[in-house]
Amino acid sequence: MENLKLVIVGHVDHGKSTLIGRLFYDTDSLPEGRIEEIREICEALGKELEFAYVMDHLEEERDQGITIDTAQTFFRTKKRQYTIIDAPGHVEFLKNMITGASQAEAAILIVDVNEGVQEQTRRHAYILSLLGLDQVIVVMNKMDLINYKEEMYDEVKKELLKFLESININPTYVIPISAKGGDFIAKKTRNLSWYDGPTVLEALDTFKTKNSPRDKPLRFPVQDVYKYDKRISVGRIESGIIRVGDKIKILPSGEETIVKSIAEYMKENVMQAEAGKSTGIVTQDKVFVDRGDVITHLEDLPVITDTINAHIFWMDKQPFKKPERLLFKCATQEVMCSIEKIERVIDSSTLRLLRRDADEIRNREVADTVIKTEKPVVVEDFNKIQELGRFVLQRKDTCAGGIITNIQKE
Amino acid sequence: MNHLDRLESKSIFIIREAYKKFRKIGMLWSIGKDSTTMLWLAKKAFYGRVPFPVIYIDTGLHFKEMYEFRDECVKKWGLKLIVSKNYEEAERRGIGPEAKLECCTVRKTEALKKTIAEYKFEALLLGIRRDEHGIRAKERVFSPRNRDFMWDYKDQPPELWDQFKTRKEGEQHLRVHPLLHWTELDIWEYIKREKLPVNPLYFAKKGKRYRSLGCMPCTSPVESEADTVDKIINEVKESKVAERSGRAQDKEEANAMQKLRALGYM
Repeated sequence: MENLKLVIVGHVDHGKSTLIGRLFYDTDSLPEGRIEEIREICEALGKELEFAYVMDHLEEERDQGITIDTAQTFFRTKKRQYTIIDAPGHVEFLKNMITGASQAEAAILIVDVNEGVQEQTRRHAYILSLLGLDQVIVVMNKMDLINYKEEMYDEVKKELLKFLESININPTYVIPISAKGGDFIAKKTRNLSWYDGPTVLEALDTFKTKNSPRDKPLRFPVQDVYKYDKRISVGRIESGIIRVGDKIKILPSGEETIVKSIAEYMKENVMQAEAGKSTGIVTQDKVFVDRGDVITHLEDLPVITDTINAHIFWMDKQPFKKPERLLFKCATQEVMCSIEKIERVIDSSTLRLLRRDADEIRNREVADTVIKTEKPVVVEDFNKIQELGRFVLQRKDTCAGGIITNIQKE
Repeated sequence: MNHLDRLESKSIFIIREAYKKFRKIGMLWSIGKDSTTMLWLAKKAFYGRVPFPVIYIDTGLHFKEMYEFRDECVKKWGLKLIVSKNYEEAERRGIGPEAKLECCTVRKTEALKKTIAEYKFEALLLGIRRDEHGIRAKERVFSPRNRDFMWDYKDQPPELWDQFKTRKEGEQHLRVHPLLHWTELDIWEYIKREKLPVNPLYFAKKGKRYRSLGCMPCTSPVESEADTVDKIINEVKESKVAERSGRAQDKEEANAMQKLRALGYM
């Protein structure tokens, strides 16, 4: 069955987990006894029935009524299966929100119509924009608390759309809902008779699944080389299609050879492999191939450079301070790097310019940087091939994500 | 590529990544449908060879069909098997199923601790899935455990774009979860497509079958007439009952699974 990965983001307490609980309830996707079990837990804690408990599974989450870490779960409509990614709305857990959002193909941005656009509403929307998510719907929640009146919805919608426009997000729909009451999630209710758009489920079904780009130029980052009876270069094809007999180039060395065969377990005569596939190839000539190399065709080549312009978002409590060196990881490439220039640092919620020509990037800040890698790397502009246009920076753990904007050719 | 192809490719990518980064690696194999599927994916990743040992935790309380199935697969697939056990200690101390969570900890978690120490494993591959349990839904693909085996679920490392935590510094070991993104239905559809061997306990006999396998005293069968893979697929599609409804440790007390997992349980 087709599967679409959907992240739900928004400010803390605007109702993400409740919306998810409602989606499960209304699509009849909760296992038998689950609602009763949640009702019991709520009673034991002296609370009203909370749909949020469907997703908030950690003891701490239930006690405090907030989502700490991202979680994924599944529900089915007639059209397809959905993987729902719940992302925490609390500023403290931004790295968990980014972890969730980075895996999504589409997003719901939820706003409490009473509170309007808040700090995390803007920050999350901005993160979606940085991650390149272009299938977004906005839901205006808690309409029940304002007696389902249109005026407030219009007002908040206007403010939000203006902000979204400034970060290049164009939502497909802005839907007034009550997650608690079940208005316009699966059912059109009379409470919102003035609204003539789709329900949340109808809107979701208009989204498209994002398959790996098979119609783009071939990019096959080598993950490992196995020396069995043949030498097999294995990895996942990130874009394009590789065929037996193709002339190929191994980057960054530039050596050329021909695909002799495509190796798959228990399969004979595999003639091609396409984007998204974990596969392996055997080459005609003895060429030197290693992890981190990128295999391409002879034309339409990626960029080989040691200087990269990138937007990076910092998500570690410990700030970056020049001249710290970090591990740059892009596809299967791993190389040490330094951030040579920090041209601008901006606040990820207000988008205000904080510092120019800075020496430091702090938690949750976004920066325009120039990164220098210790060896040349094979990259792309993010808008051309995302899979080679994004990277992470690591200390012991990942501390930043980056999007390659303007590539400087060597 | 269809849905199952994509799931398979992602899992193979994860397994190869773990093997590239950690030479001292083992795969936890419970004999159940999920970890047997994971084993098959490892065979695919390495062209028929499984280049690391598979670890079976013997609690002393498993079904005889599980031991038989294990030995068949080991022979057929040429596996290096490590049997990890601590049930002698449990028996000596008189800790049985009535001790509930303590029994799980002594017979499974402690056994695994001993095996990890003996073989100095840096990483373990585990076949858990997000849709099995809410607490597993919060896992990362590469998930660190500290010296005391604890899972710091409140401060997990970010995981973006299949860039995993592949550097072990100070942590006791890493748990790697190649099947995290699969559902129960995906597993059965894949078993059908790949014609994988299935433990007979999963097939209905006299109106009952096991949907999830564990220790005999704490695992109960569900009502079912499904005695073929096709019938199981239909049943799972229609089912409104949680997969692990037959597993006692999931319902012991509020947050039982969280407590077990924080202590190092699978």
